Amino acid sequence: MTNETNENDDPTAQPRATDGGSAVEPVDDASAGENSEIVEVFPEGDLDLRAGADDCYKCTTCDISCPVAEVDEEFPGPKFQGPEQWRLKRKEDIDIGDSITSCSNCMRCDSACPSDVPLSQMHNEARGEYVDEQMSVLSREYIRNRILSNYRTSARFASKVPRFANFMMNFGPVRWVMEKTLGVTKEREFPEFAEQTFREWWHDRGGAQVQNADKRVAYFHGCYSNYNTPEVAKAMVRVFEYFDYEVLVPPQQCSGTPMFANGMLTDARRHAVTNVTELAATIDDGADIIASCTSCSLSLRQEYPELFDIDRIEDVAGNTFEALEYLRIHEDLEEALSDAELDGQSFAYHGPCHARNQGLHRQAVELFRDVDDVHVEDVGDSCSGISGTYGWKAEKYKTSMKIGEEMFDHLERAEGDTGMTECPTCAMQMEHGTGYEIRHPLQLIEDALLA
Amino acid sequence: MAIESDVLVVGGGISGVTSAVAAARNGADVRLISHKKTTLRQASGLVDGLGYVPGRSQSTDREGSPSQKRRDFREFRDNRSEYWGPLITPFDGIDSLPDGHPYSVLGADALRSGLSLFDDLVGDSYLGGHTEKNALVPTFGGTVKPTARYPRAAAAGIASDNRSMLVAGFRSFTDFDARMVADNLEAAGVPFEVTGAEIAFADLFPADAEVTRFAKALDHDERIDGTPARQALADAVSPHVGDAERVGFPALLGDDNADEVRAELEERLGAAVFEIPTGPPSLPGLRLEDRLYAALDAEGVKYETGCPVVGYETAAGTPSRVETVLVDRSGQEIPYSASAFVLATGGFVGKGLDSDRDRVFEPVFDCHVPQPPDRYDWFVDDAFGDHPYARFGVNPDATMRPLDADGDPEFTNLYAAGSAVGGADVAREKSASGVSLATGAVAGRAAAAAIDDLNLELGTTEI
Repeated sequence: MTNETNENDDPTAQPRATDGGSAVEPVDDASAGENSEIVEVFPEGDLDLRAGADDCYKCTTCDISCPVAEVDEEFPGPKFQGPEQWRLKRKEDIDIGDSITSCSNCMRCDSACPSDVPLSQMHNEARGEYVDEQMSVLSREYIRNRILSNYRTSARFASKVPRFANFMMNFGPVRWVMEKTLGVTKEREFPEFAEQTFREWWHDRGGAQVQNADKRVAYFHGCYSNYNTPEVAKAMVRVFEYFDYEVLVPPQQCSGTPMFANGMLTDARRHAVTNVTELAATIDDGADIIASCTSCSLSLRQEYPELFDIDRIEDVAGNTFEALEYLRIHEDLEEALSDAELDGQSFAYHGPCHARNQGLHRQAVELFRDVDDVHVEDVGDSCSGISGTYGWKAEKYKTSMKIGEEMFDHLERAEGDTGMTECPTCAMQMEHGTGYEIRHPLQLIEDALLA
Repeated sequence: MAIESDVLVVGGGISGVTSAVAAARNGADVRLISHKKTTLRQASGLVDGLGYVPGRSQSTDREGSPSQKRRDFREFRDNRSEYWGPLITPFDGIDSLPDGHPYSVLGADALRSGLSLFDDLVGDSYLGGHTEKNALVPTFGGTVKPTARYPRAAAAGIASDNRSMLVAGFRSFTDFDARMVADNLEAAGVPFEVTGAEIAFADLFPADAEVTRFAKALDHDERIDGTPARQALADAVSPHVGDAERVGFPALLGDDNADEVRAELEERLGAAVFEIPTGPPSLPGLRLEDRLYAALDAEGVKYETGCPVVGYETAAGTPSRVETVLVDRSGQEIPYSASAFVLATGGFVGKGLDSDRDRVFEPVFDCHVPQPPDRYDWFVDDAFGDHPYARFGVNPDATMRPLDADGDPEFTNLYAAGSAVGGADVAREKSASGVSLATGAVAGRAAAAAIDDLNLELGTTEI
């Protein structure tokens, strides 16, 4: 208690990386007296999660939705990581438990909670605090996590010399050294860097091929479809241009997803400032924001306003959509696909956790249900287990594969032997576990409409 | 452009799924929208119809009572309007229910048709459909619950069976006290020998390991301390089995491969093996949720989960017809249109009903919820008494359309099902699932029929 008060009073205290979307007046503010029914017992910082903690009635539904708790009995689960730990920390100066680093940030707990407790927001906060206050910046883990979460930085360099990078990143001795020195697992195949990034392609084709002031979207392609799978980004552009949209491709940085998952909130905030500024400018030009990666769209929509207070961040959050979601709202996709001819393919579809959170995990299955000669089968609600950078950590690899085991099994039981998903790292795990080629629903729409 | 369907169901629990399937089987193109995971995760996974009914007329003959204490108890019990049961069949008690009860409004056949739809959706994973009689299933409190349907995994535990029973609990799973379960069952007068034993299984697991962790270990027969989990469990229980012909465990015996887990344990123990449903969070509830959603997929119902329905719009000129509901997608309100809608958002636990200091209300359509004006009349002092709030909910007509304060339908094309509907005290009656099934079956059929009526209507006006 004393400690906290001191912290709040200390004018030299470092501002927290997160600044919260739900700031409340501090207790000693004159306005607090106006509402006689609300008693502020604990002085809070800018970000008050008390209401969220109070909403938890400990039903434990979140815990049985947690893929990590299902395979790791030592992991205390989302209820502890969120409301319980938050309450424990109110009175005494207790450190955040290091089990927070075992949370994979799948955010399934959010969609499980019947009481709207902001679990993932609490986890992000706790993880940020853990990294800021308990993790040495010289530790191997910190350095490794910093490198992993700043994937964009490494990818930018690698994609300058894609062939060399592809060779090196899957060269046994290099990976052995990476595992020994950095703790990056050598079990996984490193994703290939494209010889031409999406942005290079976009530049070479002369940017947008459709000009339309009435139908305009700004594409947040994210890092992966720029450096590794530009075919997904190209499909997104071509499909939207087919529907007569003018596509803008504003400057952008990482959405922050891997940074949140590693508690690197200062990095995430820095990138968010650029993204919010650039994307807000496109809103002023009449555009809505579209992402093809479901973790990118989730980050812009949910984590941004929950964690940061940046001018116009709510505006960006409120105008962001996933690509297929947007087309379903604004276009008659079913009609457009009704004449499509596809050559009898079957796909085993895995719904990413972050798509579930946005209510999107059934759209691909339903969209193609009435299209002839294509079969998209939902393999069920198992989690892939990779959760971005999580499954790349040597000490988490086994947990990640144990979670994924069920999904591999479900994929293999499905009729198709090509996989489908919206999430680039789920795709990585699906390929790693089954050897399937994995496609994005936008690529199938591209085939159907433009082949 | 709104996302379109014939029937749109708001809510994804038993009543939502039932009404969606009932509508789809009557030819409608159906979409179901559910905000969060269902309250099935907090339920036992038993599917009850009706187990208890409000006490019959109070006894006036107190002369023969043996003692003052006894007379006092009777008076207390009468004032608290004790419930009567367990009923032999759910249908026996329907006549004794109050007029506003959904079963009184819809009749016994609605429950029959809801249960038969359920049987169809869950296949052979649930039993009890061979008879109209209630089964008596042991609970983790050591009581027996009258229920219309029960998971196959609970079958060997039925209390009317006179085979001797061992109840096994794990030292590392603190939510389930086997000896208490056994003692309470004995005190309840069950017709068999029952003993309880606490065993050491998966002691490596901390005391707060999740029920899903135990299930996963057994599902995949993981090695725990070097021994495969199923064998380790059987080895730990074996010394306690003795003459017991059946062994009950807390409901955590596997998930995807639960049948296989039970079969292996039965073989190793030489006794029948069954699960006793636990309190929340409940694995049987989770399994039922999975099964119902697989059924939705198979029935061609479209569904989406994760975003809430936050409001509705009516068309200009027809204020009594719901034209669209608004789905909150991260701050954007996206319209979903349909010809008919089903409100299946649940009761207070599922957040289909809400309250503030002034009133109890239904948040999506603001349908009329009958209630005493003074909030101190919403409850009684006796914690287990006859709380008026337990019966709060919308007040439906015989086709499940919610009625306004004047007794007219709130909307011409809105139907309601499940715990959002008032009139039943489902916790005391043991009728929660049955009410959801009966109201869901009727609401779904009525919603599908309404599309045909609407098409006829539109057809004539257009000509």
